[in-house]
Amino acid sequence: MESHWTEVIVALIKCVFSLAFVMQIVPVLIWAERKFSAYIQDRPGPNRAHIMGIRAGGLVHTLVDVVKLVVKEDIIPDHVEKKFWFAAPVIAMSCALTTFTVVPWGDRFVVPASITAWWGGEGPLTVPLQVATINSGMLFILAIGSLSVYGVMLAGWSSNNKFSLLGGLRASAQMVSYELAMGLSVATMFMLYGTTELDKVAAQQAGPIWNWGLFGVLDADGFDPLLFVGWIVGGLAFIMFWTSVFAETNRMPFDLPEGEAELVAGYHVEYSSLRFALFFMAEYAHMIVGSAVTATLFFGGYNIPFLPGDSIRAHADTIVTVLGFGAVPVFIAFAVIAWNRRKRPFYQALAPDDIRHREPRFFAAFWSVLAIAHLGLGVAGLTGAVGSTALGPELLAFILQTSSLVIKVLIGTFFMIWVRWTIPRFRYDQLMNLGWRAMLPLALGNVFLAGIWVIFREAVQA
Amino acid sequence: MNLPVEQKRTFLERIYLVEIVKGLAITLRHALHNLFKQDFETFEYPDVRKEMPERYKGAHRLTTRPDGRVKCVACMCCAQVCPAKCITIEAGELDDDPIEKYPVEFQIDMLRCIYCGFCVEACPKDAIRMDTGIYEINAFTRQDMIHDKAYMTDLMAGKKPLAESFYRAHQDAAPPGYDLEEDRVLPVDEPRGL
Repeated sequence: MESHWTEVIVALIKCVFSLAFVMQIVPVLIWAERKFSAYIQDRPGPNRAHIMGIRAGGLVHTLVDVVKLVVKEDIIPDHVEKKFWFAAPVIAMSCALTTFTVVPWGDRFVVPASITAWWGGEGPLTVPLQVATINSGMLFILAIGSLSVYGVMLAGWSSNNKFSLLGGLRASAQMVSYELAMGLSVATMFMLYGTTELDKVAAQQAGPIWNWGLFGVLDADGFDPLLFVGWIVGGLAFIMFWTSVFAETNRMPFDLPEGEAELVAGYHVEYSSLRFALFFMAEYAHMIVGSAVTATLFFGGYNIPFLPGDSIRAHADTIVTVLGFGAVPVFIAFAVIAWNRRKRPFYQALAPDDIRHREPRFFAAFWSVLAIAHLGLGVAGLTGAVGSTALGPELLAFILQTSSLVIKVLIGTFFMIWVRWTIPRFRYDQLMNLGWRAMLPLALGNVFLAGIWVIFREAVQA
Repeated sequence: MNLPVEQKRTFLERIYLVEIVKGLAITLRHALHNLFKQDFETFEYPDVRKEMPERYKGAHRLTTRPDGRVKCVACMCCAQVCPAKCITIEAGELDDDPIEKYPVEFQIDMLRCIYCGFCVEACPKDAIRMDTGIYEINAFTRQDMIHDKAYMTDLMAGKKPLAESFYRAHQDAAPPGYDLEEDRVLPVDEPRGL
């Protein structure tokens, strides 16, 4: 009884997964933002909050932060335009989350016939690992991404506060300016790929590392000196797209909408409690989605370099063995490092009955358990327990490809945080000069270059 | 709009990218150093406390005579000199003692105090000192921020004042007549063990 219900349930599961994907990374990013900025500024950063004495390097602070934001008083000022004021954070957050629906996080997941039989399905069920497989793909992201400016704009305007209004105005002007460069650099990439569907874009980048969009999509079987020409087109498009992502997410060099020196907090100055949290999370969700799209367009998306999805499935046992046994010494090293941390002056200075003395023991045990688990994984790979099942290789491919995307997203967002704590804010005229007089002509020129490059590439490959 | 005059910049500086990479290298160097070395200049405050310098002006305390009574004779010099007008002294008389007056109550409003130390300098009897090294002067109510005679007398119960260690280390720096055992300056004409 293969019915549309199967599709609905599969779609729901994918929705929940994609939502969780974004929302799970947000706390990690908030933690990274705090800890990394602290290390850049030569201070230890968050290290007070703990659960049963386990501080986990300040990760607990993020949990405490959530509790704080939830239980805080939600102040609704009298002078705000209520309808739009309520809608603005919802728009900001939902736009940020919606964009992730078209980003693929794996090539496919084939549910084996033995499992589909549980609900009366006939034969294996192939699930594309993407919430919405729509043919406009990237255009959808651009469209929804542009909508998110309404969240900022409405928040700024409906707050009836001159600071928020200025913030909202700046945000809309900035987003409009940088959307042009972003759209043009995306157009460049679509000329190279020949499609706007992100699943096909990602599939084209499977295999060796020089198939990545950054290198101009050569589709070559081996290394080719022509690659260096593709670099120019792909690299230029990447730099412009990445800069525009910064501008779209209102991150540091482009965070004029919330320039706290002159605008207090910009467009969200009147918001408190969970409404503020929505704006806050929307910013991080934007970062994640921006990084995910960048990874998909330029860095091979979910693909692991030199290891396309089909080879993962074909060599599942070998991969599990190598990964399992390879991870064991790493985790043992972590355990040893964690255990040795008890000799640090900080722990020596603590009172002997301090609860935080558990920390080195806890983490030593934690990494040891992980090491043992991976030892078991390696043994499972050796005995061929993974490849012999129908589900094993599929799960492995899914986990590896999704982790690959997660790692790329984390690298991207980490870079954003790094940039935020390094360079100062642009002045408004510098921002507009960069957007209109530097990025726009460059992006237009790059479209022209890409046209030449596509024809040239076809001529060479023919 | 009057824009500031643009500085002359080279081409590499104008495309920002090279300069941004330079900046990123600096911040990454700091981050990696701190990640692996963990040698921050900051203190893990509630767990690790900074040694305050000997002459640090902390919370006020009232010094006592060997018999436990405060040295203060309620001369009002400190209250008079206090620029914040935060010292309130209620004087009383003693019948059976060569000291004529003593403070029945001695209050300092720590919310108004500016820690200038004039009271310590003005005191002719070395009765008020700021050598406690206590810098956590806080309370949940305004009333609790008014330190009274009992509080300031007991403040150092069982603790070493900063100046004592200072005088122990630099005995030549101690004021003339300073007695380490009694932790006070013995007046020339005052008999010991009053």
